[in-house]
Amino acid sequence: MARFSLHFKTILTLSWRNLWRNRRRTAIMLGAISVGVWAMIFMTALMRGMVDDMLNQGIRNLPGHIQIQHPEFLDDPNVVNSIDEAHGDLLAALKDDGGRVWANRIRVPAVIASERESRGVNLVGIEPLSETHITGLPGQIAAGRFLESNDDKGLVIGAKLAERLETRLGKRVVVMSQDPDNNIAERGFRVVGIYRAELAAQEEFNVYAARETLQKLLKIEGRVSQIVLVDDDYRDVEALYQRIAQAAPEGVEVKPWYEIDTYLAVMFNMMDGFVLVWVVIIFLALSFGLVNTLVMAVFERIREIGLIQALGMRPSLIVYQILLESLLLLLIGLFIGNLLALITIKPLEDGLDVSIVAEGMAMMGAGSVIYPSLTLYDVVLANVVVVLLGILTSILPAWRASQLDPVRALNTH
Amino acid sequence: MSSIRCRQLCKTFKQGDEIITGLDHIDLDIDEGEFVCLSGPSGSGKTTLLNAIGGLDTPDSGEIHMGNIRVDQLERGPLADMRLRHIGFVFQAYNLIPVLTAQENVEFVMEVQGLAAAERAQKARAILEEVGLEGMEDRRPAQLSGGQQQRVAVARAIVSHPDLVLADEPTANLDSVSAGHLMGLFQELNQHHRITFVISTHDKRVMRYAKRLIKMQDGKIIGDEAQES
Repeated sequence: MARFSLHFKTILTLSWRNLWRNRRRTAIMLGAISVGVWAMIFMTALMRGMVDDMLNQGIRNLPGHIQIQHPEFLDDPNVVNSIDEAHGDLLAALKDDGGRVWANRIRVPAVIASERESRGVNLVGIEPLSETHITGLPGQIAAGRFLESNDDKGLVIGAKLAERLETRLGKRVVVMSQDPDNNIAERGFRVVGIYRAELAAQEEFNVYAARETLQKLLKIEGRVSQIVLVDDDYRDVEALYQRIAQAAPEGVEVKPWYEIDTYLAVMFNMMDGFVLVWVVIIFLALSFGLVNTLVMAVFERIREIGLIQALGMRPSLIVYQILLESLLLLLIGLFIGNLLALITIKPLEDGLDVSIVAEGMAMMGAGSVIYPSLTLYDVVLANVVVVLLGILTSILPAWRASQLDPVRALNTH
Repeated sequence: MSSIRCRQLCKTFKQGDEIITGLDHIDLDIDEGEFVCLSGPSGSGKTTLLNAIGGLDTPDSGEIHMGNIRVDQLERGPLADMRLRHIGFVFQAYNLIPVLTAQENVEFVMEVQGLAAAERAQKARAILEEVGLEGMEDRRPAQLSGGQQQRVAVARAIVSHPDLVLADEPTANLDSVSAGHLMGLFQELNQHHRITFVISTHDKRVMRYAKRLIKMQDGKIIGDEAQES
């Protein structure tokens, strides 16, 4: 290695000029590397975007990155399994710094009936101001309005449910559930808003009312089913989770999203491995071209390699010189590939409409618009894989060149 | 350093099923500062002997000593170092590096030796001027004539004042005027810098410059005589 640094300029000059001896071949190889790197990054960004969307949709349905609830609530979402509204240490921890949003929620099974039909639904009592950040529901209102305050008397239902109930905006419906004493709790609500969700099941199943209105209906003033938190990034909730868990009172369970929905967690964890496999597969296709280019470059220069051996260049320097040539080729290809990826991904950041396959996307739990997600990790991974594997695949041709017999090499025509 | 001793040097080549003798029990001593020509017909073993002395080829048996270095026993790396530090090669077919300019070709050996850039450039320009290539420093080999390329190759071989210059048919592709200039240059370097020259040639004009003429045939030395140059 000391020799390498001592003679770096010499072998850099040789490598750089040798690279451009056969411009067409170098250009073709650069094209292949660039397109390969572009494909790695672009497709990874699309996949990440899709999986992000699936995870966000899934987390929105939970909802939240962290949930605080009664230990039995997840198994039995009964009104009995409720907890006190946030107070004391927990309230202080929730209000602590950071860009997080939190809200008290009520979630109970209920029956909703119009004058024609009835349906079993998931009745959700929300705090309207926080809901934008938790489920994005206010942005999904297709008709009417969203709930305006914690004691709003209106009801927001999904378009699919409205269709099933044969009701519409402005009509009254009856909502029926049970209070903690197992008495029927019912009241009439006016449908003030109809929302459209990306997932049809959500539209049909979730019905939203204001939190205080439901607390009164269910006779659970001061108590809620869940406290939900949404932080800046679902990938990085561990520290917050630990802090909230410490502040939570006894008899209350705190869970991060990846413990609540293990399917989503597995999907999230698999994504990194999937990206690596994808990057390596593309590289393997590339490596044939790269090795072929180097083998040809060595083959065409056997005489020169014999000459520089004869002049006293050590075999190790010949290996370094050919590896450097390969590295230069890879670095230029990476630069162009990264640039291409940036140029093609940036304009798609507002979303790539895939509504033509919306049904299939919905089945996977994703929306009909993909927002490519270009992460530094993926870009670095693609670049590192290309450089490392590229150098690895170049070692054999370089080593073979260094082992040429100088006399034979000099007599090659 | 540059005294050369070869003892019982043998080398054979396989060509199909046939075994060809390259060197047949060669014993040879060349002292420092000698100007030696190896002559003989094609296939007589001149180039094989040069390659063996220069560590480019390994003999099947026998010993080669250069000063106190046992050349035939060196590994590839130390052998490369020995060539780099002590030997200058001039080949029949010029053998310049096509992607480097004339000056860069001359600087190449010094660069690998680790000389500073300024010193390299100064020495390279001076030697190119000495071989009559002033003003052609930035030309690449393809932009030079055969004679000019050979002079670049000679400049490269002698620029770092090696102990020994091995030249294989150095005038084979040169006209008589260029060949005369080249041999005059070799003679001057031999006389003024005591560089040992071992030159293989068929060319009678080249042989005239030698102080010692060794005749070879079928891998054997059949004549070895001093001569007035």
